[in-house]
Amino acid sequence: MAVFGGRRRDDNPALPPGQHLTESFPVLSAGPTPSINTEDWEFFIHTETGQTHRWKWDQFLDLPSEDITVDIHCVTSWSKLGTGWRGVSLDTLFAEVETGFDFVMAHSYGGYTTNLPLDEILDGQAWIAYEYDGDGLDPEHGGPARLLVPHLYFWKSAKWVRGLVMQSEDNPGFWEEYGYHVHGDPWREERYA
Amino acid sequence: MSNTVPGWLTGTLTRAHPLTAAARSITLAIPNWPGNDAGQHVDLRLTSPDGYQAVRSYSIASAGPGEEIELAIDRLPDGEVSPFLVDELELGDTVELRGPLGGWFVWRPEQTQPVQLIAGGSGVVPFMAMARTHASASSSVPMQLLYSLRTPDDAFFRDELSLLSATARTTWHYTRTVPPGWSRTAGRLTAEDLRSDTLSPERAPLTYVCGPTGFVETVSRSLTSLGHAPDTIRTERFGGN
Repeated sequence: MAVFGGRRRDDNPALPPGQHLTESFPVLSAGPTPSINTEDWEFFIHTETGQTHRWKWDQFLDLPSEDITVDIHCVTSWSKLGTGWRGVSLDTLFAEVETGFDFVMAHSYGGYTTNLPLDEILDGQAWIAYEYDGDGLDPEHGGPARLLVPHLYFWKSAKWVRGLVMQSEDNPGFWEEYGYHVHGDPWREERYA
Repeated sequence: MSNTVPGWLTGTLTRAHPLTAAARSITLAIPNWPGNDAGQHVDLRLTSPDGYQAVRSYSIASAGPGEEIELAIDRLPDGEVSPFLVDELELGDTVELRGPLGGWFVWRPEQTQPVQLIAGGSGVVPFMAMARTHASASSSVPMQLLYSLRTPDDAFFRDELSLLSATARTTWHYTRTVPPGWSRTAGRLTAEDLRSDTLSPERAPLTYVCGPTGFVETVSRSLTSLGHAPDTIRTERFGGN
């Protein structure tokens, strides 16, 4: 019988169960990378009253931004620790938004969607990120801007994000429809439904 | 769609053979495996005697009902799990498996659109499952594969792909070294290669692309420039190491 030794021994306490460290930055997406011109880009938040809050690229860049250093965890089992981003907190974007709904559906250019509870993207837990490692975000990593929700598996951090639509129920998004967990907490290994 | 079985199943290695100098086909018998669709994948978990565990995802080269699956493992030079599976795992040894996983990058016999498959390197694995399913279902839907690889020695499943060419033709493309007498020179897939060797947008195909990230990025960008609608292109990339 062959005995598996394993050599990584990723016993780093920052690593959730079933994850291993990677130095690279793998890509996971369902279709071609959309090409998005920042002149045409906008980000919106749409609420149940029919109100839509919109930001053009220049308006978005004028918002207060933050440097964010976080660990990211992909459901395919790689984790990358201490990644550096710059982006706008969703607290800033939601400052003027009134809603009674408790969930959001994030929509991306290209058609991708993912669902999130509102109380997990506020209070300093989520950003719209537009720089990675000091440079503009590459299209294959979600540029010009992506959602960044590092405490959930990384499929929740929708690339090429274009807006959030408030929803009354936690309706599943794209990967969630295809069997991924509706919530996606890496520390509880919420990988698959 | 075959649904994921909750928890971990035990798979026993029942057959194995080398695919290339760096890759191995392993067939695992898995009691209670529910069968899988062509293109689905599985998580494989190894546990060392001291309890340390490592998990990796692999595409499944087989499809359909039955309690056996075939995986095609490429040994990554700096890998932790793949060298063990390629060089050490012995017949009768067991591993743990979770799956089947994924419902997007799959092909089912009831689909009616023409199908173009484009593989880079070991990205051919899910397409083996699709071509086998296409043949066993006697599907009349056009299906063809464009298989890009570094050298002739890197081919997975060459003989079987040749046999399957009666129903799903394979076009071979080499990026580094071509076989003797090959009419084309080695080089990366270009938009012109894709135009001449894949189903055109007029045929309204569903195009699946699988391979390393750079390959998938380049190919899918070229496909959209040739006029394929982005929502007719499904991609899968190798993640991590």
